[in-house]
Amino acid sequence: MATVIVVTSGKGGVGKTTTSASLAAGLAQTGAKTVVIDFDVGLRNLDLIMGCERRVVFDLINVIQGEAQLRQALIRDKRVGNLYILAASQTRDKEALTQEGIGKVLDELKEEFEYIVCDSPAGIEKGALLALYYADHAIVVTNPEISSVRDSDRILGVLASRSNRAERGETPVKEHLLLTRYSPARVATGEMLKVEDVQEILAIPLLGVIPDSPDVLKCSNIGLPVILDEKSNVAQAYQDSVSRFLGKTIEMRFLEEERKGLLKRWFRGAA
Amino acid sequence: MSIISFFRSRKKEKVSAETARDRLQIVLAHERISVNGEDFLPRLQREIMEVVARYVSVDAKQAVVKLEQDGDLSTLEIEVALPRPENARTGERELEETAAQA
Repeated sequence: MATVIVVTSGKGGVGKTTTSASLAAGLAQTGAKTVVIDFDVGLRNLDLIMGCERRVVFDLINVIQGEAQLRQALIRDKRVGNLYILAASQTRDKEALTQEGIGKVLDELKEEFEYIVCDSPAGIEKGALLALYYADHAIVVTNPEISSVRDSDRILGVLASRSNRAERGETPVKEHLLLTRYSPARVATGEMLKVEDVQEILAIPLLGVIPDSPDVLKCSNIGLPVILDEKSNVAQAYQDSVSRFLGKTIEMRFLEEERKGLLKRWFRGAA
Repeated sequence: MSIISFFRSRKKEKVSAETARDRLQIVLAHERISVNGEDFLPRLQREIMEVVARYVSVDAKQAVVKLEQDGDLSTLEIEVALPRPENARTGERELEETAAQA
């Protein structure tokens, strides 16, 4: 049975596409056939983050409108086996996205894929509503910052009332909190919300905490899902999150400031 | 006085993250009142007036619905002014007019 996962947030720029790319790559690395779909019609970016922007021929809208077969539009990732990308249209109108059309595409994908990751656009307009409509799981990407937390709360309300599962009265969409751009140093000085605070306010299970790091920008520059940059803390935090998603119990890492400097280390050793 | 202010200044200041947390808790408590995230007050007001009008003749415009928040307590206040007996007939007619417009 295929699992549909929406990566959503309400607010823009918090790391939805970065997370979609890494989550999909991480799931595919476990051997599960995975597809990641960009729902941001008119402002597509997943192709850039995945490094396949020059290989997009057909997109989601082409498939919905019957101008292309699904297999023509699926782009196979060159680094990770089992990983495919379905790009959004850059030129078409958002109105081309329909609930019925998306439903058909997802049904067809479900026959072939184990995981379907839907990268939601920002906002709570049509694109975002359709991205979450058919979801079984929702990964709510949140920054430790008031406007992001508020928007996440809003999206949680939408998930609980306007998803297909909610409308049919089925078991609700399973929600997961992913806290991104977390800076333990700034939390220590009291200028950034603590992970415990955000979790208490949003009151959904914590999937992971991704540290703030220049590695994310570096990887987006070269079109590599950051989870594949194995030495990076960000990659390890994403790996942990993928494992937790698959049901493993793994302790949270990178919540404390990294200790730097030999002097500090010596003093700690002596103490 | 200067001694007091000296000690006061040494008191640990509230860090900004704590202010952020408190502000969020208050604003979200308010926003979560609505079941489906919509601005429900206009509809609530209309539906309440429809129910009240079944029993007493009222002027639909003479209703005030307020949602107020004070700390962690929210109150929904509904105030319906009943017309004086001699105006009762007019009130009824006005209501019919509003209903016809709707």
